[in-house]
Amino acid sequence: MAANVSLAAPPPYDAERVRHDFPILDTMVNGHPLVYLDSAASSQRPLAVLRAVEDYETHSHANVHRGVHALSQAATAAYEGARERVRRFINARTTREIIFVRGTTEGINLVAQAYARPRLGAGDEILISALEHHANIVPWQMVCEQTGCTLKVAPINRRGELQLEEFLKLLGPRTRLVAVAHVSNALGTVLPVKRIIEAAHGFGAVVLIDGAQAVPHSRVDVRALGADFYAFSGHKLYGPTGIGVLYGREELLAAMPPWQAGGDMILTVSFEKTTYNELPWKFEAGTPNISGAVGLAAAMDYLESLGVEAIAAHEQRLLQLATAELARLPEIEIIGTAAHKASVLSFTMKGVHPHDLGTILDAEGVAVRTGHHCAMPVMTFFGLPATARASFGCYNTERDVASLVQALGKAREVFA
Amino acid sequence: MDLKELYRDVILDHNRHPRNFGSFEPADGRAEGHNPLCGDRLSVFVRMDGERVADIRFEGKGCAISTASASLMTEAVKGKDRAAIRALFDKVHALLTRSDAAPDGALGKLAALSGVREFPVRVKCASLCWHTLNAALEHGAATISTE
Repeated sequence: MAANVSLAAPPPYDAERVRHDFPILDTMVNGHPLVYLDSAASSQRPLAVLRAVEDYETHSHANVHRGVHALSQAATAAYEGARERVRRFINARTTREIIFVRGTTEGINLVAQAYARPRLGAGDEILISALEHHANIVPWQMVCEQTGCTLKVAPINRRGELQLEEFLKLLGPRTRLVAVAHVSNALGTVLPVKRIIEAAHGFGAVVLIDGAQAVPHSRVDVRALGADFYAFSGHKLYGPTGIGVLYGREELLAAMPPWQAGGDMILTVSFEKTTYNELPWKFEAGTPNISGAVGLAAAMDYLESLGVEAIAAHEQRLLQLATAELARLPEIEIIGTAAHKASVLSFTMKGVHPHDLGTILDAEGVAVRTGHHCAMPVMTFFGLPATARASFGCYNTERDVASLVQALGKAREVFA
Repeated sequence: MDLKELYRDVILDHNRHPRNFGSFEPADGRAEGHNPLCGDRLSVFVRMDGERVADIRFEGKGCAISTASASLMTEAVKGKDRAAIRALFDKVHALLTRSDAAPDGALGKLAALSGVREFPVRVKCASLCWHTLNAALEHGAATISTE
């Protein structure tokens, strides 16, 4: 006979309470309460982040790694403490593997210029997917121009999923580097990155994951994934703009030359010979974004206080609800119907251009992104100039979904 | 912010049934306009009779504001000479951007675009066709961009 076990259910996720942590959500837009459905472009910041930044700027700011005075020590402790916070958040082995950058874009460019450019040449291949954001296309095109290597693109299907079979066929001994999104920003598709990484490693290729849209919506463990490089942005993770992270495996980073030169990235400088600093500072020339790092660490504390898995489950419920609601509207076509999606709902409305839709929704206080989402090849694949995109964050509610549906009705009315 | 001011009946009508839509070959002038922000693209074709625009067509994909503006423009400029078109463009530009722009009888149906000025991010949608026409008249063939 089975034991009578009662498992305590976790407390239900309370998005209404979470909303109180985000003062900007009280904003009125065009006479309506703000309905913020654009977190995939940039999320809002909770009070915990705003206060951490203010506290740092008010009490602890000086330059880092430079002074013996009290404030410089406090700033250094805050900045390096933030690095340790990031390490724990993504389960990196050591803080030497955590490079602070401006954002995902800079992280990818760093790998393109400091890893790929010195190593690749004619005959070598870089493999990406057709789902990529421009920031994970153009840096590799530049490397191809610089080195003579070739860019290969794995196709997607009509649901907006990577065609894994085709991807695997494009992998080969010439593949030196694979760069793919963890989650597509335009469609929300979750890519099978663990499988991709294993397959790429089978050919000795190094893998960079663009995690900008994944880190806010799932627990990312860079070691469990086996990623060689993993880049993400602070401002999509409820942290400040202008701060992001490039994770890199230590042995790869150690073998790479610096890519920007200046203060802090050196140990000694003479006109005859300069020696570079150790990891991670070798890649952080100049005074870094200290308050940004402090804010990002506070955002990670905040997310863990809510529970990353609980947020992800909540967002999945909203995505499913919104998908079901929009699927009932005959004039709406959902673009991107992958089996595994996160946070993002891209769509078009028959007879209404996405740009007009964006204006009409805005007049109702509903903020969505309209345009090509910096993923023009994805739009071209679907034969569209643009889509409207609603994206969900930890503070969105069923009410926001209802407001979206109502505002779409308004658009239908205007264009009736 | 009043949506009815932006999406007036004239605008919605010209969006749904754009006038002078299409192309012709050969053309005395043609240009392509592109607004990379929203992906709008349109081409303008002109046939000249001396200084005068004898015929004009446009084609492309865009939002309601850009399609309607292009459609209204083709009706307004047909038969006018370059100098008159330039003067009209100046009036349209003032209409789109200046809150103190007085109603100008010379604008005719183009006055329906006055609601755009309350929506600054949409001004480029309405002005793209005019910049493109300008390029077609000035250079004969060109691609222009709002960015």
